[in-house]
Amino acid sequence: MATRSSRLIEHAITVLLYLVILAAWEILTTAFMVPVWILPAPLAILQAAVKWAPELAQSSWVTLRETIGGFLLAIVLSLTMAILIRLNALARKLIYPILLSLQSVPKVAVAPLIILWFGLSEWPKILVVVLVCFFPILVNIVAGLEAVPQTMLDLMRSLGASPHVVFRRLRLPIALPHFFTGCKVAVTFAVIGAVIGEFVAAQDGLGYMILVSTAQSQTPLAFAAIAVLTGLSVALFHGVEFIERRMVDWTP
Amino acid sequence: MTEAAELGSVPENVGAAIVAAVDLKGVTRSYSGHDGGAVHALGPVDLRIEPGSFVCVVGPSGCGKSTLLRLVAGLEMPDEGSMLRYGGPLDGPSHEVGIVFQEHVLFPWITVLENVLLPAEVLALPKASSRERALRLLEMTGLKDFANLRPHMLSGGMKQRAAFCRAMLSDPRLLLLDEPFGALDALTREELSLELSRLWQDLGRTALLITHDIEEALLLGDRILIMSERPGRIRADISIDLPRPRNADTAKLPRFQELKHQVRDIIFNRVKA
Repeated sequence: MATRSSRLIEHAITVLLYLVILAAWEILTTAFMVPVWILPAPLAILQAAVKWAPELAQSSWVTLRETIGGFLLAIVLSLTMAILIRLNALARKLIYPILLSLQSVPKVAVAPLIILWFGLSEWPKILVVVLVCFFPILVNIVAGLEAVPQTMLDLMRSLGASPHVVFRRLRLPIALPHFFTGCKVAVTFAVIGAVIGEFVAAQDGLGYMILVSTAQSQTPLAFAAIAVLTGLSVALFHGVEFIERRMVDWTP
Repeated sequence: MTEAAELGSVPENVGAAIVAAVDLKGVTRSYSGHDGGAVHALGPVDLRIEPGSFVCVVGPSGCGKSTLLRLVAGLEMPDEGSMLRYGGPLDGPSHEVGIVFQEHVLFPWITVLENVLLPAEVLALPKASSRERALRLLEMTGLKDFANLRPHMLSGGMKQRAAFCRAMLSDPRLLLLDEPFGALDALTREELSLELSRLWQDLGRTALLITHDIEEALLLGDRILIMSERPGRIRADISIDLPRPRNADTAKLPRFQELKHQVRDIIFNRVKA
């Protein structure tokens, strides 16, 4: 019980801290008469958010779709690649350097090209998300597949287990926590990827909204969109963590 | 005894022409060291294990006794020498061999029962009868109520018991034990040694135990092999003529103390073997 109440106090302190920061922000911007179009106060941002709520919701939905779509696609892609790399030495030699150089290309730099090739639909944004996401997931899965303790391999070998059985019953479960580590990193990148895509060319989405509202000096709305974006990112992270806790329930 | 009978007790030392369970001749093993040179770890070693006997190997750490076990298990191949298992060539792992490693090596993502059933899955043994056998083994080792828990819920001794059940699942003729109690506290260790002694007597298998604990070896073995420092060779082969069944009182027998001092003297070079 003691831990429960102490955790409650911890949460209360966190919330309080946020409120203090927001209050300081509000007071300081008012006191120093900072123009709204440079740095709006929290209340002004809130007002904008309420006023534009339907548009914000609609844009969030678009960005969320791109983010999750790209993220899931990246998972499928990196899983396939990781298994290929793991199973085939030639594939490892050929694919890994290509993937590494691909990862080294700044995504912001290729985003315009992708838009150029794939047009204005949601697909180019999803593609940017895939590009941003899939490397951290891949690297972690590959590392996880290699992270099998020698003693467990010995056990499987002493039973005469085929490589296929070793893979399915030993390497995959061992890799699962690593996979989720990659996913947690990737999912926060995913949101960034979607916004990069929207910055380059879009007619919708939170990134587009930030761009347009800043251009029109509607700074409170831009801040509101950024706040929603942050919330989205945090929620997605916790979502992945939630799934991880259900699937990886053996690590204490 | 009834439990053991159901589990298929094999009186192996019946019959005139005895084929050795394990027969190694002139076996050596080297590893490549850090500097690229070869480290001579073991041998040459001759080792013959009669079916149904319990052989213990003691020796200083790093003497290659684990290497010896890995060779008998078929997990490694020797550089030189010949190896036979029940008259056939020993050229790889076999389902006739059950191994208990120093660490329990239970998979944390499946239950205790599923861990015990792992050999059945890998070897594609019949499901229903394997399950029944697994549950009976867990009952024999007092783990029945823990069958559906994850291994991390178990104590160290219980985990090692579960590992023993797993090793016994495929009904192996030869049981290899690589310091199975090494990671446990002294009390649990003694308790498990006695339990293993009882189980071995009931199940009647051939066993090879690697240990650095002399009392443990005396409590369990028919023979104690004493190994030298690296490269490990067998310096002495001592028969343990203590009465069976052995229990906690066995350690109080004068003969036990006598044997213990004999083994210690050889290990610490106080006498020539």
